[in-house]
Amino acid sequence: MIALLTRDLRLGVRAGGGFGLGLAFFLIVTVLVPFSIGPESALLARIAPGILWLGALLACLLSLDRILALDWEDGSLDLLATAPLPMEGIVSIKALAHWITTGLPLVLVAPALGVLLNLPGPGYLWVTASLLLGTPALSVIGTFGAALTVGIKRGGLLLSLLVLPLYVPTLIFGAEVARRGAAGLEVVTPLTMLAGITFGVIALLPFASAAVLRINLR
Amino acid sequence: MASIWEYANPVKFIRTTDRLLPWLSAAAVVTLLVGLVWGFFFTPDDYRQGSTVKIIYLHVPAALMAINAWLMMLVASLIWIVRRHHVSALGARAAAPVGAVMTVIALVTGALWGQPMWGTWWEWDPRLTSFLILFLFYLGYMALWAAIEDDDTAADLTSILCLVGSVFAILSRYAVNFWNQGLHQGASVMRAGALAGDTEERVSNVFAVPLFVSMAGFALLFIALVFLRTQTEIRARRTRALMARERMG
Repeated sequence: MIALLTRDLRLGVRAGGGFGLGLAFFLIVTVLVPFSIGPESALLARIAPGILWLGALLACLLSLDRILALDWEDGSLDLLATAPLPMEGIVSIKALAHWITTGLPLVLVAPALGVLLNLPGPGYLWVTASLLLGTPALSVIGTFGAALTVGIKRGGLLLSLLVLPLYVPTLIFGAEVARRGAAGLEVVTPLTMLAGITFGVIALLPFASAAVLRINLR
Repeated sequence: MASIWEYANPVKFIRTTDRLLPWLSAAAVVTLLVGLVWGFFFTPDDYRQGSTVKIIYLHVPAALMAINAWLMMLVASLIWIVRRHHVSALGARAAAPVGAVMTVIALVTGALWGQPMWGTWWEWDPRLTSFLILFLFYLGYMALWAAIEDDDTAADLTSILCLVGSVFAILSRYAVNFWNQGLHQGASVMRAGALAGDTEERVSNVFAVPLFVSMAGFALLFIALVFLRTQTEIRARRTRALMARERMG
């Protein structure tokens, strides 16, 4: 399992510039927002948590098809399926690798981008915390979507369509934590809901992803 | 003792539904006509809403069937996963576009009513938002069916999507409730107090009876359409099999 994780991480970082793509996209979205809605700092401060969450989610969405597509094309997924590792383990590792190469960098740069959007003081802590808690859910749900569409050529659009409604609860609670945190309000309720969703999908969704992947490899 | 699983046999299914379909369709047309004509022309205007209140004869039954269609797909998907009856998978596939259209009808009629009543076509209200999300689920489900060539793979993948999607649909329902309080009224037709005959709470019978008739009409219409579309799917698949056999021979 560790070997698979290190292999995926190495591939994620080195192969084909996919590593920087999500980060670049996140940067582009946050930098372009003030240009499109105007430089008024009070307004920016109010929408900053939402914009950061939206940018992180879209950057994540952009990199989803890389989770399994390359391994599917060169046949290493078939080899993995015959390896003495349960399919559930494989999809969990894939999701973890995706989170480390995409989700974690997004979390780390989010405070820096918050400066650009004039994020209020307490917001830095809560935006980072909510992204740290929420992005694993995005990776796990995304892996399910990637497993569903892995056999389809040019499945990118379909993948986005399938994953979009699945991302709604995570986005709602995550952005709510960030928004309330930035406004200095109580965050416990949405934070616990977000944690519930994240741990729930980490615990349960790999089974669905593994089942789907088995069907696709049949 | 006849078992429901007999209808997993496509021939038996087609034979039975063929016999039922004319009756079902006729019943659907009659109840829909009665319900809608009664609702549109023979009910008084509401004291505050005027004649716009009459859109409920389309809006409420369509919304009801939009949710029930997804439930039916969920049950059919479960049956496919557990017992692998092809009729069940095809039934789920056949129901999806009907459910999607019902969702659109509910959204559009809601918007038409909301414009004069709430002063807005669209509001990010929990119920409206959940319906939009439900519509996205329908779209994704149908797109996945269309994208996969192998029938059994498609049936397997879409039924798992349907299961996972149901969980997330319920999650979203509660999430959006939390996120925005909303304008849409709560359930008033089926509210417990109303059924117990509490006159304060209740939609007046003048409106309620034609509403129930059009609900029955929509339900019958849905069943008839799903039967018809399932038959079509079965026949299309059989035609494909025959053509494949001919090419081989």
